[in-house]
Amino acid sequence: MKWELFFQLLINGLIVGMLYGVVAMCFVLIYKSTQVVNFAQGEFLVLGAWVCLALVTNMQLPFFLAFIFTLIFMVAFGIIVQTVILRPLIGEPIISVIMVTIGLSIFMQALMNWIFGNDAKRFPDVFGTTDVINIAGLNVEVAYLLSLVLSVVIMAVFFWFFRFTRHGLAMRATAFDQQIAQSLGISVKQTFAMAWAISAMVSGVAGIVIGIVNSVSNSLAFVGIKVFPAVILGGLDSIVGAVVGGIIVGVLENLAEFADGQYLHLGNLYTIAPFYVLIIILMIKPYGLFGTKDIERI
Amino acid sequence: MKPQIAATGEAMATDTILSVNNIEVVFNEVILVLRGLNLNVQRGKITALLGTNGAGKSTTLKAITNLLASEDGEVTRGSIQYEGEDITEIGPEALVRKGVFLVMEGRGILQDMTVIENLRLGAYSRPKAKLKEEIEEVFRFFPRLKERTGLAGYLSGGEQQMLAIGRAMMAKPKLILMDEPSMGLSPLLVKEVFGIIKRLNRELGISILLVEQNANMALHVADEGYIMENGKIVLDGSAQELMDNEDVKEFYLGGGGERRSFKDIKSYKRRKRWL
Repeated sequence: MKWELFFQLLINGLIVGMLYGVVAMCFVLIYKSTQVVNFAQGEFLVLGAWVCLALVTNMQLPFFLAFIFTLIFMVAFGIIVQTVILRPLIGEPIISVIMVTIGLSIFMQALMNWIFGNDAKRFPDVFGTTDVINIAGLNVEVAYLLSLVLSVVIMAVFFWFFRFTRHGLAMRATAFDQQIAQSLGISVKQTFAMAWAISAMVSGVAGIVIGIVNSVSNSLAFVGIKVFPAVILGGLDSIVGAVVGGIIVGVLENLAEFADGQYLHLGNLYTIAPFYVLIIILMIKPYGLFGTKDIERI
Repeated sequence: MKPQIAATGEAMATDTILSVNNIEVVFNEVILVLRGLNLNVQRGKITALLGTNGAGKSTTLKAITNLLASEDGEVTRGSIQYEGEDITEIGPEALVRKGVFLVMEGRGILQDMTVIENLRLGAYSRPKAKLKEEIEEVFRFFPRLKERTGLAGYLSGGEQQMLAIGRAMMAKPKLILMDEPSMGLSPLLVKEVFGIIKRLNRELGISILLVEQNANMALHVADEGYIMENGKIVLDGSAQELMDNEDVKEFYLGGGGERRSFKDIKSYKRRKRWL
């Protein structure tokens, strides 16, 4: 048994899992406050990465500025998607809404393919990210460490936002009961738009990070698919559950890779292992690990 | 003293804070729930709106606060005025900013949040609120809420009602609409809650429209009262007049006059008298 490889993969799993957790949080944020299952979450992430990359390479902006502009762009994008595409669908059957987000996902894929091309492109080396540092005998890329730090920061900000800020509380109130929220003077429309804006923005950040770690390409939208087992594992409407689910999926993937490479030699266990575990967990806990039970009514 | 038949509400006295003029509410475009309802709330007074189940009391409050849209209802006729301004079409959140706050039936507590978070959301419409001091002020009104640090969903029914009223205080409204504050509470708690309503009115000068089934308690704290049946006001007057009215005694307060047998109190009888 190669313990070194095992721990290396475990660390990788944790770090990637945190990123999955961040994207899963964005997904849950939209689901919880607007009851929309957003199948285009992965494309949001790719869009953020592409926009930032274009600003850095084509417009020659310093990375920091490009990052800020990308955030602003993603906020505007989230608001436009909500108001133009989803607001008219309020009150329509859930299946129509799902079809629309799937349509949005396909549309965005094609559009990004057209504008940004089909090739993977690398970010210029901004932070010396390809350097490797040694922690307790394990080699960790600086980029991975950065992404870990950023994930933790995003999660902390989410926690603070929903616990202590006026708008965060308003979003939770809207998620709990829209009529009660309205009676308190909260504008439901505004809250919906805010949920999409925040979700798009944070997905964009995750996209940039993944883009720096790997490279930017349209296939990064796979994270949007990985997020489903994470979110369902955590229980669809729980933000904590999304983080835990994300980490579980990330770790599982890498452990499956380890088991596969060392013993089983089946190939490609990496991609499907999380889904097997998902099925088993859902057999035991149908509402996910942290989900509320009345979720099926929605 | 004979109570008058429902006033038209068109003549707006200067001290009328809210007037509902001849409104009609239709649900799903076919079900007529309110049929020409008139009522006035005087500034600084407690006005009780009484009636049986299904009379349309809660619908009236939702019509005033514009919360009908989410239930597929709409005001199809008439107008609602608050401080002389037409608020029939105004959005619910704008109305809260103007100083009208609804304490919903079943309290509308956000169960998965703490007491403090619930109170903070009460002040949502006032971004510049001094939250700490104002929350302390609410705790002075309701000392027992201060000890509750867990989720609001775990509070007792009485405490939840107090939290709902405290949350309304945080909005610093001029007019509070209260939907059945006595629902599901023990008689002792009902008494306490009504005492609090009276204090809100006397100490903070908030005008109150109180919707109730518990006519006895409501008329004891109210200054004026309306009685509603089938989407219409059938009787109005000062609280004292209503309490002295033979029919009200018989149908809403229990007892009254000489004891009559059940067959005398058939429903058609009151229809004949009041409609």
